[in-house]
Amino acid sequence: MTAFAAALGRELRLAIREPGEAAAAVMFFVLATMLFPFGVGPEANLLARIAAGVLWVAALLAAMLSLERLFLGDYEDGSFEILALAPLPLSLIVGAKMLAHWLTTCIPLIVATPLMAVLLDLDTGGYFALVAAMALGTPTISLVGGVGAALTLGARRGGMLLSVLVLPLLIPVLIFGAGAVDAALAGHAVRQQLMVLAAMFLAASALCPWAAAAAVRQALE
Amino acid sequence: MSGLHRFASPARFLRLADRIQPWTAWTAAILIGAGLAVGFGFSPPDYQQGDTVRIMYVHVPSAWMALFCYAAMAVCAAAGLIWRHPLAHVIAHGAAPIGACFTIVCLATGMLWGKPMWGRWWAWDARLTSVLILLFLYLGYIALANAFDNTTRGDRSSAILALVGAVNLPVIKFSVDWWNTLHQPASVTRIGAPAIHSSMLTPLLLMAAGFMCLFATLLFIRVRAALLERRLRALRHARAHAPPAGGMDTGTTLS
Amino acid sequence: MTELYEFLAMGGYAGFVWPAYAVAAIVIGGLAVQSVRSLRSLRREVAALEEAQPRRPRHTRGRPGSGTGDAA
Repeated sequence: MTAFAAALGRELRLAIREPGEAAAAVMFFVLATMLFPFGVGPEANLLARIAAGVLWVAALLAAMLSLERLFLGDYEDGSFEILALAPLPLSLIVGAKMLAHWLTTCIPLIVATPLMAVLLDLDTGGYFALVAAMALGTPTISLVGGVGAALTLGARRGGMLLSVLVLPLLIPVLIFGAGAVDAALAGHAVRQQLMVLAAMFLAASALCPWAAAAAVRQALE
Repeated sequence: MSGLHRFASPARFLRLADRIQPWTAWTAAILIGAGLAVGFGFSPPDYQQGDTVRIMYVHVPSAWMALFCYAAMAVCAAAGLIWRHPLAHVIAHGAAPIGACFTIVCLATGMLWGKPMWGRWWAWDARLTSVLILLFLYLGYIALANAFDNTTRGDRSSAILALVGAVNLPVIKFSVDWWNTLHQPASVTRIGAPAIHSSMLTPLLLMAAGFMCLFATLLFIRVRAALLERRLRALRHARAHAPPAGGMDTGTTLS
Repeated sequence: MTELYEFLAMGGYAGFVWPAYAVAAIVIGGLAVQSVRSLRSLRREVAALEEAQPRRPRHTRGRPGSGTGDAA
């Protein structure tokens, strides 16, 4: 476990040393959400109805932007070969990177979401469901996005390709994430959607590091 | 597994293809011809949907083929990654565009069937939505397969993506169905498959079998082309790295 | 003749049934034509390249100055 903690610590130190990445993702999220009132008009109850969907789509796209850099830094300067030789299995190293991405990028997004929900006049009933769904949904985004980042290592136009590959796979997270908020606003119990989100998170946390490690291993050959 | 390995070497696969391809091509033509003849000539219009039900004879088989092609790609991906089957990736590359075309046909005919039935070209019906997502899985696969300079990288990455996509397909189908029943727009009456009377079932099965043979024929052609393309790349590579030393009489100009 | 018109009218839905089959024919036909054409052009290129630089010039190894005999 200490090796995993060391790998995670290295990632977090790297991320803290250049906070620009996480800040860029949050800024994109805020900007993307802010564009909608100019698009659909400032009318409160319309914004309230689409608030959950807008916030989720903006968070999904913001996470996509920061995923491209997930493995690229280590891959380009060759330190991934050394990491691969570490006693830690490659899937745990890759898992540590995904966890670091979640901590450095998705947590700021989760913090920013209620603030932006205020801008979109979300009803008070939806806030808890929104934050809970985000907390359970964004890890799956980091995990599945990590597989996409590993697959597009060294590909031409990797960043754009990453989004094309990963967004269709994240549609279930979007459906249940936004569905949780709608259920809360309609007064139904939110447990069902949150349980499905948690199930997807657990399945992804089991499969995605292994798949991403396989993708990275063939990229290192 | 040894059976599969018998066809492993490209040469043997090509010899097999030469023998089978004319047969599959002809059976495809005959089956589709028969399917159309029976579909248009002998099967009655649906009591509810009238003649638009005839679109089903091309819409449903293409939907089946879209799913079948993705399943075939996932199996080839697994064979390529796990057993290092040399031909698996080439076959998966050949199958992807065919599957994408079947998906496009399925969506287009679905929309053309939806307009008279639902009054709108596109309705977020669970099945149409799932097939639309399947199309993006295909396009993602094709984009990734061609995004690398060396072919082995492209092969393995796209194989992993095909497997990840195959694992995700049931989850996507489940969540889209759940989402659709939740947001069931009043106007879209969920068209259950029309009660398949035998007069409608036979053309449907004929067309499905015809599409399967058509897929096999196109796959043989595309795999042959993919093998030739790799051979061409190898030849160009060899030529670039070993210019003929003083080869006066051959006079090979680097065209 | 009216039999033909009736048939073509498709019970009033001609505007949907025939375009559906047209789209299927165009997409699948286009794919088939593209596949066959790319196969033919690849065959020509490979044949041209192969005949220009025989891959295994076995018989030329012995004879001096026979072009690509001593190439890598």
